[in-house]
Parts: sequence; structure tokens; C-alpha cells
Amino acid sequence: MTGTGSTTSTAATADAAATPPASRRAALSRWARRPWGLYAAIAFAGVLALAAVAPQLLATHDPLVLDYPHSLHGPSWANWFGTDESGRDLYSRVVFGARESLLIGLGAAAVGIVLALLLGSLAALAIKPAAVVVDRLVEILFTFPALLLALLLIAISGPSAVTEIFAVGLGTAPGYARMIRGQILSAKRSAYVEAATALGHSRRRIVFAHILPNALRPLVAVFALSVGQSIVWASSLSFLGLGVAPPSSEWGALLDAGRQYIVQAGWLIVVPGLVIVAVALTATTIGRHLQSALERGEK
Amino acid sequence: MSAPRLKVENLRVAFTVGGRRREVVGGVSFELASGECVAIVGESGSGKSVTARALVGLAGRTARVDADVLEIHAAEVRGFTARQWQRLRGLEVGFILQDALVSLDPLRRVGAEIGEALRLHRWGTRASRASRVIELLTRVGVPRASARARQRPDQLSGGLRQRALIASAIALDPDIVIADEPTTALDVTVQAQVLSELEAMKRRGASLILISHDLSVVAQLADQILVMRAGEVLEQGSAAQVLCAPAHEYTRALIEAVPTEHTRGSRLSPVPVPEAALGAPAPAPTSAQAGPVLEARALSKSFRTPDGGITRAVDDVSFDLGAGETLGIVGESGSGKSTTARLVLGLESLDSGTVRLLGQDWSGIPERARRPLRRRISVVSQDPLSSFDPRWNVERILVDAVPRSEYRSTAARKARAVELLGFVGLGPEVLPRFPHGLSGGQRQRVAIARALAPRPSLIVLDEAVSALDVTVQAQILDLLVAVQASSGVSYLFISHDLGVIGHLSDRMLVMKDGVVVETGEPAEIFGNPQHPYTRELIASIPEFDPAAIAARK
Amino acid sequence: MTRTSPSSWRAIARQVARKLLSAVVVLWGAATVAFFAQLALPGDRATAILNIRSGQAQLRTPAELAQINEQYGLQRPVIVQYLDYLRGLVGGDFGNSYQQYRPVTAIIGEQLGATLTLSLTAIVFAWALMVVWVTLTAGRSPRLRALGSLVDVVAAGLPAYWLGIILLLVFALGLRWFPVIGGTGVNGLILPALTLAIPLAGFMSQSTRTEFERALEQPFVISARMRGMSDTGVRIRHVLRHAVIPSVTLSGWALGATLSGAVIVESIFSRPGIGNVLVTAVSSQDLPVVVGIVTLVAVVYVLANLLVDIVYTVVDPRLAAS
Repeated sequence: MTGTGSTTSTAATADAAATPPASRRAALSRWARRPWGLYAAIAFAGVLALAAVAPQLLATHDPLVLDYPHSLHGPSWANWFGTDESGRDLYSRVVFGARESLLIGLGAAAVGIVLALLLGSLAALAIKPAAVVVDRLVEILFTFPALLLALLLIAISGPSAVTEIFAVGLGTAPGYARMIRGQILSAKRSAYVEAATALGHSRRRIVFAHILPNALRPLVAVFALSVGQSIVWASSLSFLGLGVAPPSSEWGALLDAGRQYIVQAGWLIVVPGLVIVAVALTATTIGRHLQSALERGEK
Repeated sequence: MSAPRLKVENLRVAFTVGGRRREVVGGVSFELASGECVAIVGESGSGKSVTARALVGLAGRTARVDADVLEIHAAEVRGFTARQWQRLRGLEVGFILQDALVSLDPLRRVGAEIGEALRLHRWGTRASRASRVIELLTRVGVPRASARARQRPDQLSGGLRQRALIASAIALDPDIVIADEPTTALDVTVQAQVLSELEAMKRRGASLILISHDLSVVAQLADQILVMRAGEVLEQGSAAQVLCAPAHEYTRALIEAVPTEHTRGSRLSPVPVPEAALGAPAPAPTSAQAGPVLEARALSKSFRTPDGGITRAVDDVSFDLGAGETLGIVGESGSGKSTTARLVLGLESLDSGTVRLLGQDWSGIPERARRPLRRRISVVSQDPLSSFDPRWNVERILVDAVPRSEYRSTAARKARAVELLGFVGLGPEVLPRFPHGLSGGQRQRVAIARALAPRPSLIVLDEAVSALDVTVQAQILDLLVAVQASSGVSYLFISHDLGVIGHLSDRMLVMKDGVVVETGEPAEIFGNPQHPYTRELIASIPEFDPAAIAARK
Repeated sequence: MTRTSPSSWRAIARQVARKLLSAVVVLWGAATVAFFAQLALPGDRATAILNIRSGQAQLRTPAELAQINEQYGLQRPVIVQYLDYLRGLVGGDFGNSYQQYRPVTAIIGEQLGATLTLSLTAIVFAWALMVVWVTLTAGRSPRLRALGSLVDVVAAGLPAYWLGIILLLVFALGLRWFPVIGGTGVNGLILPALTLAIPLAGFMSQSTRTEFERALEQPFVISARMRGMSDTGVRIRHVLRHAVIPSVTLSGWALGATLSGAVIVESIFSRPGIGNVLVTAVSSQDLPVVVGIVTLVAVVYVLANLLVDIVYTVVDPRLAAS
């Protein structure tokens, strides 16, 4: 193969003659290919954690101080996110609202995932009659869109933070339950489970050693995503006035309060909304990288 | 002498993957005259398919194709624009891919696929195109062509599908036809039909470029043969020369690796069998020693089809298997041979009939009682990759299969895993690796090692060598023979490949549509087949008779 | 192997019947869940209803309670109420609102049309966006594919309220292309429909993209190229049909999702529709209305899915079986 021969020799001579620019370019491209998205996500997550634990370190103003002369001012150097209708600094309110918002979001995601795991596993693994019943139940619940299921629960129990957690959890659970059920079923029907059966392993051993790990591992990214999604849903409920009420600094409550001022002071909704979207993106990014890392563990 | 229809000199193809350039084909040259057939033979990774596609400019987006000369119908095509290529493809060169089930759009009607070439090259009117499609289907031997043209590929039988695929490639009567593995994955009877169709095309004056890994298929049609390995052409010459008097040792190895009923008892591969295989231990002793290892009586199993019908997959099948014996079950797709294997393994429930393993009831007992007995019977399947847990490495796979009752400590189990790898000719460095990082042959060896782990009396091999390259298949077959000779394990070997069955089996069964049509020893069945189906099957095997080929040219 | 022909009408009829039965079971289940949700209101129902009506909680006299019990039939055994409820549903009667003593169907019926229009328009927009986006970005250079994938995920996760307000601020207030307060004309439909369409398109693009790239690798694509078809031609004439299959299946779900998303979008753009009815009903705990709307959406979802399923079974039994 004369072709390869000539290319390698030309490459060698090129290398020897022009080391500085070639290696600098290579180093630059390596630097550019680093996972900057992940770094940004982790940094942002760190900021969020700080805001939740010690908001006074990050806030620029006292979120409760009313300042009517300065109400409804847009973002400026004095108020990074602008001020609301009572002159309170929006940035500081967002920072102080982080704890409650994150707790609600994480709580709702936890409720949703636990419920989904329970329903999905039963629908796929329980003995025939029970599995069919649970499967039908999941299908029936799935016909109600997540938001509407949540609204139904709120209509029954009345709006509050706790209700919001369970409402969002209940709303998102059927969708995830279906996903989990599908994953478990496809693992159950796989050739490697059949090979394990042929080896004579007990059903319990097969479920825990093969089915569950293979079924659930691809869902790590989905679960991380659900944290972001739960925060978005919870804030949507508050936006409608059905979640946490103002004057709480919880992000959803900020949205609800800002509704009346959409035209004059759009930033009251756009900026907290942007923060929420950023949180959801962070959760998704971290989840995806976590998943790739888990899968890369066996290459 | 007229100009060759296709002329290529020093064709090179390189792929750019992740910033690096990798040469995949280096230096292919040949000329294709009218009415001639050039065959490119090689195993996986040889670059033969890439070469074929590079000839029509479809090597891939990341491919870089270079050649000193590449002329089709005396026109230099190296600098062709996309539009020029589109004009050439279908009109001057036709291409037949393997397996019509995936090579024809499953959502479109067969007639639409065939007529597409006509439409793209603005041939005729809608009405004349429709009648041309019917004419083409009739020409390739599809009966009731107008009804068939309105059906989708999955509604046709394998043979008709493949003919429709051929019709779609020759719609515009190109005088160069490239066929890339046109008979792989087809039943032997269908393969024979396709080959005769290609022969007919050649007689009508078309020039063929035939790509295949199967020397016997190539032997039927080729005038010139190129043998490729890892992108290089190792040997090139007339068919008689390459097949009857091969110069390169790789070509010789390819020829000798083909198993037939005549190669029984001899080694297929020049690579020696691992020493450790000769020391494979005997099956674990059981209470019932005398008598057949496996007795199957009147096995029957039916399935519901998605459209509400019932198909009888296995119908009243009975056989015995003795200790240290190999029973081969051969049949085409849909014959029920794989279902029979699954019934024997207890992975599928029987509708009726019984299976006795080592003299004990096997099919009648509940699964819970069967589990401790499962160590007596193992399985090796066609696709080992899917039978391994994708998260596990080789060590974990083998240690998991070693019986905990006999090897109590982790260290003992790991040592046993190394021992098992030795039986199949792999070293301990394979332990930390993952199956998806191993070659096909290595994976199958790991699967065999896993099957040997519980010291079974019987191993069921379901198309265990069908997905392997022929030289790798030869090594695995030699390995299986050696292991059986030293340990005395019995094999139930399922395959569609008559040559493999003829080479390996002491006795064989021929199945069709769920029924056993003939049983006997390979010598009898190949030499004097009784049942008409068996006769048809044997007659369909492509002749690989070097002497006849030499006489032909 | 013996086989019966897959295109026999009897087989198709049997499959359709099976799907119908399945749908009926699901609908019954949904109705049952809805009924028991109504029962779940804490405390005595009659008291709750009166409190909802008057807007405040106070002690009620037995006479008042008796009247409400009579009107709504709350004293009857649960089974009787349940069967009555089911019978009413089949006849299209969702009970009466707690707040206004009016049939729920009347309340919903007034507003349903606007929301349905919004929902269907959103689905059409989403399909258009998705088809163009995926055809352009799938199966090309790795960087373009990564970008396409990223945009899908980001778009799918955008909250409707945030996107709606951004669109409102930019296109209605800023550029003045569309009215701010939603009219019932076409102009007032576009921004709300886009708000629903963009996340839906992102979501559907994910599965379409995967299917597109998978189909692009299949041999039949190469066969088509070998006949002289161009790359764009193959994408549009062959691959697209395969790629949109999962999205067709999703369209039933999409109808339910857009109907529920309309709740938020109508609030932002001040459009009439059942969204506002729903929010008011939830805040005042007017369960029959809430349950009525929720059940209606569930029914729409089941029927839409059933229709899609039946169309598949008749047109291509192979797809239905897969």
C-alpha cells in the first residue's frame, strides 16, 4: 500500500518543520472540545445550593424591604433584575426564594419517581393478575395530562406548597411509570435474561442482577430531567395562582405576582422564568453527563 | 477487442473518523468486459463492500476515494458531480443489495420501488412505466406480476422478494450490474433461484461484479476472482486459476475452511486447536448413566400469528441423542428447528409431547424443579452479544456461570473462569474486557466457555457458527470437535447450513414446516436422499467442484 | 408453517374490535377515577357546596343541607350515585356545577370551541416545525446533529408561560405584528399556538430524529440512491415516512397535552376558552366542572389514540402489530 506510506512520511516531515503552530492548534482544539456545558451546569448548581443554604451571602438587598419610589424599575446596576411593584429588589427575592422553590421541585420529583418506580415495576414484574390491573391503572391515569391531574388534586385539597408537591408528583408519575414499565419489559424479554434462565438462575436473582439494573440505568438522565421538569410544572401551577401564594419569594409566587404587570414590567416574569429554565437545563445537562459516565464505565 | 465496460486501476478508499484518516481499501485494479463476471471475495473487514460502493460514488460522506483510473463505459468518473452520478446510477450501473426485506422500502409497494428508477430517469409515461414494471417482474420469474406489484415486500415470500429486488436494479437494463452479497441470509433453495437469475442476466449480455464471502456461490458465476483481506488484494486471476490452483495461503485457507459432508473428521483450519481443549473434563456424573442423553417424543407447539391465524411451528417431532454424539437438525427458515431447540431447553412450553433428559422427566416438571437440573444442559446461540448482559465483562459473565456449590470462594470461581477460557483458546487477558470490544470469533469462544462452565452432558448449539466468517467458523468447528472428543459431551446442533451439519453430525434430521421429513446419517442423506424436499435441498447447494470449473473455462 | 393471509378482513375486524374494547375499559376507568375524585372532597359535601356557592365558610342549617342533598342526590348509596354518574356520562351529562347550578356540559360547551381550535392549530404548527427541522438537521455532520439534538431538548423543556410571555413581549408589544389581547381571529391565534407548538415540536423531534437517523442507515436508502435518487430526494420520499411514525402515535397524546397546555396559554394571552373556566373552578373547588373538563380531555385523548390505531390497522396491519 504505497498510499499510506507516502502520507505518513509527509506528515513526519511536516511535524518536524512546523512544531509551534501545529501543536498550538491541536492544543486549542482539545481545549475547545472539553465539556464546557457540564462545567457551567456544575457551577450554576453550586450557586443554587449556596442560594438555598445561605441566601444572605448572595443577595444584594433585603428582599422584604419595601421601596415604593423605586417600584417597577427595569434591570439596572442598582437592581440587577429590576424591582417589583412594591420596590423590592427582584434579584434578592429570587435568591431568597431558591430554597422553597428547590425544595418543592425536588420533593415533587421524588414523589413522582417513587410512585413511578412502584407502579412501573409492579406493572412489569408482578404476577399476571396484579400486573394487568396495575398496568391498566397506569394507562388510565396516563390519559389525564400531567397538569390536569395536578389541578384535580389541588381542587380537592386546596392550594398549598405540600399539595403542590404531591400534585406535580402525581401528575408526572404515570408518564414515567409507563417508561419504566417499557424498559423493564424489554429487559425481561432480552436474550441475556433468557441465557440466565437457561443457566438455572432463580427468578429473584435474575430480576436484581439483570433486569432492574439494565432497565433503570438508561433512566438516570430521565430522572435528572424530571427534577427540572417538576420545578417547571410547580412554577406553572403557581403562575396560575394555584400554588404557593404571594408575598412568598418562591419563584412561582413571583410569577403569579408579576402577571398583572406583563405589559409594563415584563422582566418580573421573564427573569424568574429564565432562572427556572436555567435550573431545568442544569438538571438535564448533569443528568446526561452522569448517564454517559455510567455507560463509559464499561468500554 | 472492444473497450472494457468498467476499468479501475489502483482504487484507494480512506475514511476520516474523529479527525484521523484510516485507509480501508488500497490498490484494487481490474477490468470488466462485456458479458463477464468479476467476483470480489473476502471476509468481514476485507473492504469488498466499500470497493463496490466506491465504484458508484457511494462510499459514504466521510470517505475519500482515489484512483489512477476509474472509467465506466470509457468515461472518466473520478471528477463526477452529484448530478452526473445520479444520471449514471440505475441507468448504466445497477446495484443489488442483500436481503430484500431491508433493501426494499418496507412501507412502499414493490411496484413503486421497481418503478422508481424509471421515474427518476424520466423514462416513459406513468402508464408505460406501470406496464414496464409488470414486464420486469415477469422477466425475473414472478408469477401473477400485476397482483404482486401492488404488494409490499413483507407480503411476498423470500424468493419472490429477492427477485423483485433484482427487477428494481435492472429496471433500465443497465449493462453493468453490481451484486453485493445477493444471496447471504437467504434459504438455500432461494439462493439457487437468485443465482440462476444472475446467470440468466449474464447470458443476456450484462456484465456482473459479484461481491461475496461464499466461494461456492462465486464459483458458479465468476470468470475473474479477486481475493481481498484487510483492504488489500491478495490474489487475482481467472476463476479456474484461483479456485483450483490458489497461489496465496489465505486463498487456500478460505477454500479448505468450507465444511461439507466430505470434510468430516478432518480439520478445517490451519490454526491449531488449543491444547487445553484436549483436556476438557467429562460432564458431571449423574445418577442415570446408561441410555440416551436426550429423548424427545412427539413434540408439538403452535403459535398465534398477529392476524389471528395459528401456525404449527413444531409438529410431532421425535428423536434421541446419545452420549458423546452430535445430532444435527437442518432446515430453512420457518422449518421449526429453532423452536425445537427452545422446546428442548425448556425455554418454550410444549403443547404436547415429552422430553426426558438423562433418563429423567424434563418437560413435565415445574420450572422450580427444573432449575437445579439446568446445569446438565447448556446453550450457545447465534448472536452471543445479545446473550451477554451488556454491562458485564468477560470475567463476570464466566464467574456467574460457574456453579456456586462446587466453587465456593470468589478466588476459586475466578480460577475456574481462567481455566474455561483456556479450553476455548483464550488467555486470561480477556477477563477484564467487554464482549462488545471482542471480535465475533472471540465472543463465540466466550459463549462456549460459558456453556462448558457447569460441565453439562448436552450443549444445544443454535446457529452457533452462522454469523461467523468462514475462516473463524472453521476454527470454532475444529474447537467443538476437539472438546467433544476429549470430554464426551453431546451436541444438538441446529443450522440452516447443510455443509456444517454434514461436517459435524453423526446423525441428522431434515425439517420442513415443523415436520421431520428425513433422518439418517449424513452419508446416506447426502448420497441418497429419499424425500423430495431433501432432494431439492441437496440439489440447491452450489457446486464447489474445482475440477468442473477448470473444465468449464 | 401454515399461515392465514394478513390482509383478510376478518383479522382486521378482530383487531379493531379488540382496540375498541380496550378503549372502553380505559374510558370506564377514567370515569371511575373522576367520580371518586369528586367524592374525595374533605368534609361533608353539602356543606362544601354551599361554602363554594357563597364564597365563605359558615355553619349551615339542616334545611339548607337537605335542599342541597336533594338537588345533587348526595344521600343516596355510593353505588347508586356511581351508576347514575356513569349513565349520565354515556348520555353526555357531566353533572351540575357546584358554583352555578348549571350543567357542566353547558359551561364547557360554551368555551370548548376556542380551545379546540387553538389546540389543533398548535399541533399543525408543531408538525410543520418538526418536519422541516428534522429533515434539515438529522443525519448530517456530527456537529449539526448535536446542535439539532440540543435544540430539541431545550425547546421541549421550555415552560409555556415563559415562552408565551417572551413571544408576547417581542412580537406583540415590540414588533407589533400581532394583537396583545387575543382576539378570536386568525391573528390572535398565531402566538398562542406557537407557544404550545414549540415545546411540542421539540418533544416530537427527539423521537423523529432518532427514527430518521436509524432509517437513514437502512439498506433500502442505499438502494434508492443506487437508482439515481439524490440525497434530498431520499430523505423526503423514503426516510421521512419511516421517521414520522412515532410522532403519529404521539399525536393522540399531543392533543391531550395541548388541551391542557391551553390552560396556561389562554391565561397569558387573555383568550377565551375552557382554560379560564378550569382555573376558576379549581380555585373555587367546583369539582364537577374540574372533573368534567379533566374527563373530557381524557376522553378526547383516548378517542384520538383509538382513531390513530384503527387507521394504522386498516392501512398497514404490519405497523399495527409492531
